[in-house]
Amino acid sequence: MDLTVIQAAIPKFVAGFKLTLWMSFTGILGSLIVGLLCSLVQYFKVPVISKVFTGYVELARNTPLLIQLFFLYYAFPVIGWKMSAETCGFVGLTFLGGSYMAEAFSGGFAGIAPNQIDAGKAIGMNQFQLARYVVFPQGLSLSVPALAANVIFLIKETSIFSVIAIPELTNTALDLIGIYYRSNEYLLMLVIAYAIILIPLSIILTILERRVRYGSFGN
Amino acid sequence: MTKEILRIEKLNKFYDKRQVLFNIDFSIKQGEVLALLGPSGSGKSTLIRCLNGLEHFSSGNLFFAGKKLVPTEKNWQRLRQKIGMVFQSYDLFPNLNVLDNILLGPTKVQKKNHDQAKQEAISLLQRIGLTDYTAAYPRQLSGGQKQRIAIVRALALHPELMLFDEVTASLDPEMVRGVLEIIKELSEKDNMTMIIVTHEMNFAEQIADRVLFLDDGHVLEETDGKQFFVNAQTKRAREFLESMKF
Repeated sequence: MDLTVIQAAIPKFVAGFKLTLWMSFTGILGSLIVGLLCSLVQYFKVPVISKVFTGYVELARNTPLLIQLFFLYYAFPVIGWKMSAETCGFVGLTFLGGSYMAEAFSGGFAGIAPNQIDAGKAIGMNQFQLARYVVFPQGLSLSVPALAANVIFLIKETSIFSVIAIPELTNTALDLIGIYYRSNEYLLMLVIAYAIILIPLSIILTILERRVRYGSFGN
Repeated sequence: MTKEILRIEKLNKFYDKRQVLFNIDFSIKQGEVLALLGPSGSGKSTLIRCLNGLEHFSSGNLFFAGKKLVPTEKNWQRLRQKIGMVFQSYDLFPNLNVLDNILLGPTKVQKKNHDQAKQEAISLLQRIGLTDYTAAYPRQLSGGQKQRIAIVRALALHPELMLFDEVTASLDPEMVRGVLEIIKELSEKDNMTMIIVTHEMNFAEQIADRVLFLDDGHVLEETDGKQFFVNAQTKRAREFLESMKF
């Protein structure tokens, strides 16, 4: 273990760290939007579109992110869709994450008592108002544990971006190892870097879960 | 002649192949109180839920204020603003406080002015003696308080007809009275038209202008309220009343 090696690599790791954070943030945000849209459409059984979304969720959940990225990066240009590696990463993570988030939201919505829907209907609410005032606020707090688990999962999945040469943390470490053959130092730095992101986040999310659970609920 | 509020013609309801309501006919006039009585599983709750479209009837017609309902979801949504409903399990929205529970209908569904709706909500809360609880959440209230709030939530939309589906069935005995008194006052003071499913026979006897007695999805008899309890027409109804005595 050579500290000078570690010290010299810090700037590169900081850059990779920032990129991992940025790619995670954008991908998770995209996933949440896609997931929420998907789950609402499925919840209200919107004709045709809900079937399409169900197909998407199955496809995205049952294929590896690695293969999805290869498709976006190597296969799509063949049919004329060329995207930068970063864009592929964003689209890929959103594609995968959207399906997981959809399942998490759907689980929350399924947990709402049917009586609550009746109560909303009984005061004349239309589908949109039911979604906005009953399904969404109540389902959201029920989905928080599953959403939180997905956030952690998706951040870890960004390590796969290394295969399409996005210089995030894992790619940075593998690159450095390839050049300098110092795997001990760089792998240690890699583990620490992920831990710096994930451990505090995990603690924050646990607190959030508890807040929601003991918050404003109980009929 | 008093105005007819609701009329049902030849209403049938199936769950898959099993028929649960058979050719139900009845009507209710402005200010009348109709009690739906009958043993468990006789179809009372299914029938009352058919009246505001929470259950869809399989065939038959519903007329509201003389107008035939074309049972599309849009039309039901419009009609439900005129038909208030209160449930056995209160079903207040647990994520909203008392005031917001009451205001959701008037402000978001009927798009009324917020301040005016709030004024009204508070005066309704005054009537049931719960003005101190505007900021409380449902979980902080007793069953009786929740049910009284649920009644106010329905009244806030200014319904022309109220449906009460076993509203005291899950209350502690000492809470029942407060809720029933409010319903009685609604009938006597406000001349509210009401359809009530209940197992409280004493209450039904006091309040019902008419009784529809159901058994196995059939209306066995339709009798004047006072008459039903002293002199029911059918043997089945007399047996039922006997079984409710303790």
